[in-house]
Amino acid sequence: MIDRDQVLHVAKLARLSVTDDELERMPEELSKILGHVETMNELDLEGVEPTSHVVDLTNVLREDVPRPGLTPEQALEQAPDAADRGFRVPSPGAS
Amino acid sequence: MSDELLNLTGAQQAERIAAGEISSTEVFDFWRERAAADDLGSYLWVSEQAPEDAGTLPPIAVKDLFCVEGVPSMAGSRILEGYRPPYTATSVRNLQAAGARVLGKTNQDEFAMGSSNENSGYGPVQNPWDRGRVPGGSSGGSAAAVAAGTAPWAIGTDTGGSIRQPASLCGIVGMKPTYGAVSRYGMIAFASSLDQCGPLTRDVTDAAILLRHLQGRDPCDSTSLGIPGDIPLPSAERLDGLRFGVWGMEEPGLEPGVAESVRTTLAKIEELGGAVQEIDLPTARHGIAAYYVIAPAEASANLARYDGVRYGKRSANGDLTSMYEQTRHDGFGEEVKRRIMIGTYALSSGYYEAYYGTAQKVRTKIAHDFTTAFEDVDFVVSPTSATVAFNLGERTADPLAMYLSDYYTVPMPLAGIPAISIPCGLSEGLPVGFQIAGPAFSEARILDAAHALEKSIGFEGVPVG
Repeated sequence: MIDRDQVLHVAKLARLSVTDDELERMPEELSKILGHVETMNELDLEGVEPTSHVVDLTNVLREDVPRPGLTPEQALEQAPDAADRGFRVPSPGAS
Repeated sequence: MSDELLNLTGAQQAERIAAGEISSTEVFDFWRERAAADDLGSYLWVSEQAPEDAGTLPPIAVKDLFCVEGVPSMAGSRILEGYRPPYTATSVRNLQAAGARVLGKTNQDEFAMGSSNENSGYGPVQNPWDRGRVPGGSSGGSAAAVAAGTAPWAIGTDTGGSIRQPASLCGIVGMKPTYGAVSRYGMIAFASSLDQCGPLTRDVTDAAILLRHLQGRDPCDSTSLGIPGDIPLPSAERLDGLRFGVWGMEEPGLEPGVAESVRTTLAKIEELGGAVQEIDLPTARHGIAAYYVIAPAEASANLARYDGVRYGKRSANGDLTSMYEQTRHDGFGEEVKRRIMIGTYALSSGYYEAYYGTAQKVRTKIAHDFTTAFEDVDFVVSPTSATVAFNLGERTADPLAMYLSDYYTVPMPLAGIPAISIPCGLSEGLPVGFQIAGPAFSEARILDAAHALEKSIGFEGVPVG
């Protein structure tokens, strides 16, 4: 169902580093959950429309009126590393 | 006077305040001291002093994932340790405007992912009925606080049962409103098409009062509609002419003691003039399967924002990508990572249609099951949980067993409809919950029916003191 290589691939997509121990555990654990999920396939879903959302609304519009937002100071206040009115991050690297 | 407060509902306390028999500051201080003395792990933060204007209602315990300006709001996650938001959730603001002040922030499963509160980044919560057992989850702290008398009332969120199941396991009332009834603005998101805020209270009247104040359209949440019409205080004492469709009584996992309590309640419905008939929700048994695609898929997108840049914790490690990966690895707990993995997998290229596409179709069929049922009955009723509160640690080793805890509560959010859980009796000395669901925006009718039933059941046994 889901093997080690797929775990590594999905973890990369999800930006999660994985320890050796997790890599040992995850294939079986996730496969068991997906095995239950796949019981959905017992149903006849021919011609059934998908539901992405239960509220019957499209394009909720509002007047384009300026209103106060966060100040730069407020927006930066919780940052792990703020400098020069911006969020400082490590270098993206040479690769 | 103040000791008496413990035995009063929120509504009764508000009456005493309005009558000038006690000041709202005294009421706030009474609950603040109770909350500060909590030893069940219910709270992650308790207000240090009564606000200058203590309002007109007793104070409210708020699940940690609601943003409250300047107050730690961490969604039970280490990745948001110490986070103090610069704004307040609309639902909390609505309660503040109605006269309730924030008493404290309650413990929860991390990002609301769990059914036992054991997935909190800040430790579990003990069930006040039996400290060796879980309070349910994910709003476990809110449920335990109300049941143990360390909060007069509380709010939580329900995505697949996170209000109703802990209310059931702790012997209190919990209601999930119709999707869109209450604004989600400022609620730290788990699964955006399912998440909904609602009350956890001692009785049905208190739930109605909180819901009345919580609900409403909010320009900051385009999916919010509010509840059309008033929410009157529930007053019904009879159920004449109402039809109740009961579902799920033959499920193999249903504990005999829970089934017995529910059957006794069905007999009470008939005594009160209601009609009970068995109904089938043929797709509901696939609810957990669909839910564990849709909720993790939405969560994997919502939780992408926790990357160590704008707020929360950062694990510094090498270049930018390594920083992201290490921050998320260290900051998220096991269950959250599991769900991010499932959700990312289900949305990934080549698997999308097989998982997410299929789950969305199952969702349509579940909603159709309810629509069909409501042609014949006014309410769909069932146990809230197949079991009473289980032991701490009992289901942590088996994620799938934990997921199945939400068997009876998952179909309603998938269909977007409201449901309440009220305590209906005891099994093995532990509370049993009875669930009443109705069509979208039928909250006032559900509350009325629940009120009549509550009076007839006469459940007493909140383990306060």
